[in-house]
Amino acid sequence: MSIRVGKTSRAPDFPVAAKTALKNTQLRQNVHHATDVIRNKRALRVQETSDWQELRQAAHDIKNNTLAHLDHYLVEFERNCQNAGGTVHWARDADEANAIAIRLIQQYGGDEVIKVKTMTSDEVQMNVALKAAGITPHETDLADMIVQLGDDEPSHIVVPALHRNRFEIRDIFSRKMGLKNLTAEPEALAGAARQYLRERFLHVKIGISGANFAIAESGSVCVVESEGNGRMCVTLPDVLITLVGIEKIIPTFQDLEVFLQLLPRSATGERMNPYNSLWTGVHAGDGPQAFHVILLDNGRTKLMHSEMERETLDCIRCGACLNACPVYRETGGHAYGSIYSGPIGAILSPQLNSLEYSRSLPYASSLCGACYEVCPVKINIPEILIHLRGRVVRADQKTLSGTLSQMNLAMQGAALVFSSRRRYEAAQRLGRMGQMLFQRNGQLEHLPGMAGGWTRFRDLRPLPKQSFRDWWKARAAATPATESEARS
Amino acid sequence: MTPAPSALEEILARIRAALPADRVNEAEKISRTYNRTGDLDREACIDLLLDRLADYEAEILHVAEESGLSAAITQALNHAHEQRVLVDAEFPTDWLPEGFDIVVDHELSILDMNGIPAVVTTCEAATASTGTIFLVHHGAQGRRAITLLPDHHICLLHRAQVYELIPETIAAIAGHRSESITTISGPSATSDIEMTRIRGVHGPRRLTVILYGRI
Repeated sequence: MSIRVGKTSRAPDFPVAAKTALKNTQLRQNVHHATDVIRNKRALRVQETSDWQELRQAAHDIKNNTLAHLDHYLVEFERNCQNAGGTVHWARDADEANAIAIRLIQQYGGDEVIKVKTMTSDEVQMNVALKAAGITPHETDLADMIVQLGDDEPSHIVVPALHRNRFEIRDIFSRKMGLKNLTAEPEALAGAARQYLRERFLHVKIGISGANFAIAESGSVCVVESEGNGRMCVTLPDVLITLVGIEKIIPTFQDLEVFLQLLPRSATGERMNPYNSLWTGVHAGDGPQAFHVILLDNGRTKLMHSEMERETLDCIRCGACLNACPVYRETGGHAYGSIYSGPIGAILSPQLNSLEYSRSLPYASSLCGACYEVCPVKINIPEILIHLRGRVVRADQKTLSGTLSQMNLAMQGAALVFSSRRRYEAAQRLGRMGQMLFQRNGQLEHLPGMAGGWTRFRDLRPLPKQSFRDWWKARAAATPATESEARS
Repeated sequence: MTPAPSALEEILARIRAALPADRVNEAEKISRTYNRTGDLDREACIDLLLDRLADYEAEILHVAEESGLSAAITQALNHAHEQRVLVDAEFPTDWLPEGFDIVVDHELSILDMNGIPAVVTTCEAATASTGTIFLVHHGAQGRRAITLLPDHHICLLHRAQVYELIPETIAAIAGHRSESITTISGPSATSDIEMTRIRGVHGPRRLTVILYGRI
């Protein structure tokens, strides 16, 4: 098996990568600006939607119920898609998905493809596989182009080049497209992309897309987009290959009425995104006359066992949790080492990989809960983060070095102390004596060992002279009348 | 020796192993307490649509009767300084504007379509609350490519085709669920540069909606 989530297997731990990101003031400015804009727009659109909470609840229920019967809906989707003239392929992991795509492209005699933004193809690193097979992929989403032409990695689920400002984009475009007089006006940059890609849209015979939704009852696929590159890629080529994570299934056409209201408002703060394309198999005389769907597992079925972990698969990739996250807003997406960054990335990446990689990500959160509040499908991300921290700890405790680590010994010690009143009170007394060694100006400024991580950036208030328990005892002794109350 | 399980068999087996055997599908019981019918009267509903379309910077023309469509299309084309215009073969001839080069889509190649500046189509429905037009690509709505390659899309919308909410519109077009469907909310746009919506990337950079008919 070769489950792969982008380049997570080679990524440094979050705290290490975050330090580099935090030193890049340009990046932080860009991320701050973009996430501020989108948060404000989203808030406005959500505020004017009187039934927002009801929509969220319905989406949550639809997704959970679909996942609980995913086998049924996948088979239904396959049957209806094939009845309409499509062909459905199944891929256990990244390598299998890439192999199917390459085989199809070669079978149709293509050596280049046009692609509409698909995070799933970044997950399986399809572009790398295509290039190795001598096939040239052209990304057509503006942000994906910026990433591809800049030899960069996506830093956001919806706006992959969010870490770049207009001047940086101008530099990349003028270098790679040979446009010397290109200005940094957003309209000029969009115009350059239009010209650069139009020829490719007209002449490249094979398109690759992802899917926002795959509808079981009709076998239809839906792509949600803004620029029109999605419409180009799913309409103009002779052959269309669509890569779909198995969790993208929704049961009915009617269910779109929920998700098409939640997704654009959450993703870009628009009442509706400019374009949605839906198609079912092959339509005679209209669009690609050969249509292939690749249904991808790549670790998703590992999340099916527990109800809590399964909820991760409810995600519709709107990116609202990234924009809301105080950690993401400081570091940007690259520090997560995964194409799925931010709060959802912190729970999705390690679970797809079985905690093999991205194991520092469940800790890349202050657990403030902003992600849960904005999530349009009500994924309880903080709860899952805590659950995953538990899994990381239990996995570490199975190794000798993990058992003997400073953190584990400290936590085991704390568990021992907190489980007995006698030991707890003794520890308090000991702490009050011990802290005198580190006290300066009434504050603890430099603690030793692991605790030093805390005092590196902030002071800690010392333990008070009298604990609550001592105060309570003294109070009870002084006023005997309340003693019985306290005991009752 | 039994053959190795296919990817399909293996993925389904993984799902079935993970989920309880006695699960009951409760899709029917999911409560849909969100708004499914609007509360605006027709006039207010149309006003809402106009407000949303204007927000997307779409151009809007009003016509009372079908007989005024030809003149309105002429006005839209003149305003954009366009001479050639693409239509589907089923587009009603008495709605066509006079004095323009009309290109009828009789199996045109996409290269033929590419240089044509404008296209006129009908549509299936529209949602006022989101300013969204629905095409199901039959009749004079044309196949998908004709509303994609020209830079100016002129769309005829009958006032009776306007619904207030997305659920109402989805219900109205549900019979076309297996056809290709395109929804259009304003001209092509992107938010990829500093998260600011700017008009015009690959799709039509200009959208004119001609609202016609009585309700």
